[in-house]
Amino acid sequence: MSNWYMLTLVGKDRPGIVAAVTTALFDADCNLGESSMIRLGQNFSVMMMVEGGDEAGVRAVLQPVAERLGLALHIDAIDPGLHQRLVPDVCIRVHGADRAGIVAQVTTRAEQAGLNILDLESDVGGTEQQPIYILQIEGVAEQGIDAIQTALAPLQADGVKVDVHPIETLIG
Amino acid sequence: MAVLEILTYPDERLRQVSGPVQQFDAALQARIDDLEDTRLAGPGAVGIAAPQVGWFERVLIVDVSGRKKTRNHGHLILVNPEITEWDGFAMGREGCLSVPDYTGNVVRAERIQLEALDRHGEPLSFDMDGFEARAIQHEMDHLDGLLFLDRLVSRRQDLFQRKVYKQ
Ligand SMILES: [Zn+2]
Repeated sequence: MSNWYMLTLVGKDRPGIVAAVTTALFDADCNLGESSMIRLGQNFSVMMMVEGGDEAGVRAVLQPVAERLGLALHIDAIDPGLHQRLVPDVCIRVHGADRAGIVAQVTTRAEQAGLNILDLESDVGGTEQQPIYILQIEGVAEQGIDAIQTALAPLQADGVKVDVHPIETLIG
Repeated sequence: MAVLEILTYPDERLRQVSGPVQQFDAALQARIDDLEDTRLAGPGAVGIAAPQVGWFERVLIVDVSGRKKTRNHGHLILVNPEITEWDGFAMGREGCLSVPDYTGNVVRAERIQLEALDRHGEPLSFDMDGFEARAIQHEMDHLDGLLFLDRLVSRRQDLFQRKVYKQ
């Protein structure tokens, strides 16, 4: 029981997916590690780190559940173990008028300035006539926060609001 | 110098409510020194509370003076602390010596007023905010048998710092 898998399930959202999937895993003696579920639009997606038997066995348990719920199932063998998570030390938020390429510009500049992205979320708000773009990123600033700030500053001139601030983790 | 064992969750003893210190004697001084030695031996802890070492009295230590750009009152040893006023809310990320390998987001008061006694029983009072206020609130939770795990909020909510002011 020391094989680890990354399970990815994607499909149209409907009630009861999480309970059905996790119950099937439990019944198959799989242990759940880190997981993240999110709904994007009307679509459900979850990634789960699971410790279990052989891959065929895990698939045999999950495939019928996935089919019943209309989900695409993907299984990858991964390196074992928990406690490999990185703690973010910087948060970047960007917003402005919606325009093509903004995510690419922000992430490219930030990565060149040493940002290791751990979490990224983006959304389009506002009205259809005047959409606004909102981007939130958490990561590790391997060359310091000032480097990221400097790298992103030029985007401000294009009417994009960029805010870079530290995430300080308190241990106590 | 004595580095004490730190209780780790799910040790039930972390759940108990600690009682006030009554005697400011030599034994108290020695225990405070051991508590500080234990904090310093841990991985970058800015604070520690007595219950984390199995000592169930209302004593805590906080020192955020080593952090850049952080307003602070220096090295604080606080006995029988009480928060008398809270103002505002802020989201921040916390971890705990008693909860290894996990950090999460917690909402705390942005600004607090604090009354306490020093290690000799003399009264102290502070007006503090930000990271130092967060540290105090984290440690004071330990005195009441609470952990930051009891106050977790979704990591997807922390990005926009929100301030909520009381009416
Ligand atoms: Zn703690």
